[in-house]
Amino acid sequence: MAQASDTQATRRRWLLLSPALLILLFAASGPLLIVVIYSFLTPGDYGGVVWKFSTDAWFNVVVERDFFDDTLSFSDAHLSIFWRSVKLSLMTTLVAFIVGFPTAYFIATRPKDKRDIWMLLIMIPFWTNLLIRTFAVMEIIRNEGVVNSLLIGLGIIDQPIQMLFTEFAITLGMFYVYLPLMVLPIYAAMERFDFSLVEAAYDLYASRWRVLRRVIFPIVKPGVIAGSILVFVPSLGAYVTPRVLGGGKQLMLGNLIELQFGQGRNWPLGAALSITLLAIVMVALIVYVRAAGREEMSHG
Amino acid sequence: MGPFGLTPLKPFNRGTMIEISGLSKTFGSGANAFTALDDINVEIRQNEFFTLLGPSGCGKTTLLRSIAGFVDPTKGSLTIEGQDVLPLPPYARPVNTVFQNYALFPHMTVAQNIGFGLEMQDRPKAEIKQTVGEMLELVQMTAMADRMTSQISGGQQQRVALARALAPRPKVLLLDEPLSALDFKLRKEMQIELKRLQSETGITFVFVTHDQEEALTMSDRIAVMSAGRILQIGGPKDIYDHPAERFVADFIGDTNFLDATLQSVDGDVATVTLPSGKSVAARAVQGGSQSGAVTLAVRPEHATLTKESGLLDGVLQNIVYFGTDTHYHVTLDAGSAFVVREQNQPNAGELCEVGDTVGISFEAGVGQVLRD
Repeated sequence: MAQASDTQATRRRWLLLSPALLILLFAASGPLLIVVIYSFLTPGDYGGVVWKFSTDAWFNVVVERDFFDDTLSFSDAHLSIFWRSVKLSLMTTLVAFIVGFPTAYFIATRPKDKRDIWMLLIMIPFWTNLLIRTFAVMEIIRNEGVVNSLLIGLGIIDQPIQMLFTEFAITLGMFYVYLPLMVLPIYAAMERFDFSLVEAAYDLYASRWRVLRRVIFPIVKPGVIAGSILVFVPSLGAYVTPRVLGGGKQLMLGNLIELQFGQGRNWPLGAALSITLLAIVMVALIVYVRAAGREEMSHG
Repeated sequence: MGPFGLTPLKPFNRGTMIEISGLSKTFGSGANAFTALDDINVEIRQNEFFTLLGPSGCGKTTLLRSIAGFVDPTKGSLTIEGQDVLPLPPYARPVNTVFQNYALFPHMTVAQNIGFGLEMQDRPKAEIKQTVGEMLELVQMTAMADRMTSQISGGQQQRVALARALAPRPKVLLLDEPLSALDFKLRKEMQIELKRLQSETGITFVFVTHDQEEALTMSDRIAVMSAGRILQIGGPKDIYDHPAERFVADFIGDTNFLDATLQSVDGDVATVTLPSGKSVAARAVQGGSQSGAVTLAVRPEHATLTKESGLLDGVLQNIVYFGTDTHYHVTLDAGSAFVVREQNQPNAGELCEVGDTVGISFEAGVGQVLRD
């Protein structure tokens, strides 16, 4: 009797879990497994894969074979794209933090009934199509764009400053696109922050800067960590922004991967690069969270 | 010697610590303007336990926050040991605050909380460690030094908040209703504890409360506040026995108010005629009128009930037994109500019964003429 109801309970449990399991299987694990398998196959002549085992793709992630004499060398092109991706993503995260933290602080210190309006203003661009937002940035920084026209019109410069199709343009674009992802979690942490602690710290001889560094920042740090991850991870794999604002010259990982699945007709290499991107993200997250956690320990 | 190497000062050689004159604070402007402080004048002495007492919204917390530096007064002056502190930000004033909700830093241990003020003053590490140790001992929290503040009880948090505010050795400690969140028994303990800390450290305490009993038991002097003004300043006995205004008499303890006629004033002594037509000597009020209709305040425990006719006569309406004492509610012949409180004696029979005609008497000088 007891056994029967046990079996029934177990069956019921699996039934309730099944939607989540199905999603995990078909939306996460399954596609990932396909990508891993593809990375160990041979590229087809017109895209796609030939079902023949090969480690060439993984080899080609970091090494390239000379077209003429078959000598091996490090793939400078790939490595510089890896490096650029990491560098620009870190820059984006840093700038988003520098701008996002005071913004979140500002909103959290407004009267309660005004905060929602400020948050709405932050969120509205986020609801606009990514491509449109990216073209908006392009319109502002291109040679005949708003900034250059204004500076030339004011007589500050006579030649337009080349901003479009540079790393600066990509960073600016990604910063603009992902800023709400930094502001939201910091604001959420800040809204729960008890501002009487600021008074207590002021009272105990802490200057404004020290109040920020010793009281506010440590307490809202979980929000900063969440915001940084939310900005860094999509930046690293960004595709549209570097494509439009980098003009195909300043490639990032997302563009490199797209290239292999498109013009390059090398699906296994694209797959291997995708897995590499995933690995970089995971290593970066582990290092970041560990470092943040250690600081917590030393501060008590 | 106190823990700071200071000997508490004797009352007679106390100098001025805080001097406040003409201090006003108005929030908002135009039709929405709200006057939180209205021409406050007070002198707080060294090593004094000074209490600001009043109902919520009377301005007592605004006054405390003005001293701390969190409120910028509209006008007036505020000096601490002769130094004008109004231009100084909170972190440059020699005062520390114990907040109502304690405001302990949740990301620090008990010891780190207590050491925070010293650390912000850039004191040497060894000195911080030593002072934190002393403070932990002073508030009996040594065993909890490495706990996070979320892991200790409300009473313990209260002690940590006290130690944190005392550690930088401020000239003045400001306490904003620090006991209101504690339960009754703990509150009684902390009252005694606060009084001990104040006398041991020699620091001037400015204490804000709406609890009249707390104010009476702990303070050297009390300022009773209402609607942004200080109505009366004096020692607990002074304030209780000789309230100057109806609000003070009403707010502190229970009081009977009698409509009386002032016959004459001679220094401290006023002769008044009661509604019953009989005359009695009472205490005059400074700056009050010299004749005419006045209000006389008589504490219930200062009056006695008799079977014979007294200064006032009436009919006993109700007897309420309280254990230590009994309250007799009498309707006077003039129509108003009067309460007499008699201490209960063992083996005493029933004094009177409901419906009896009774007399009420009180000694000369017990009644207080109020300023109108």
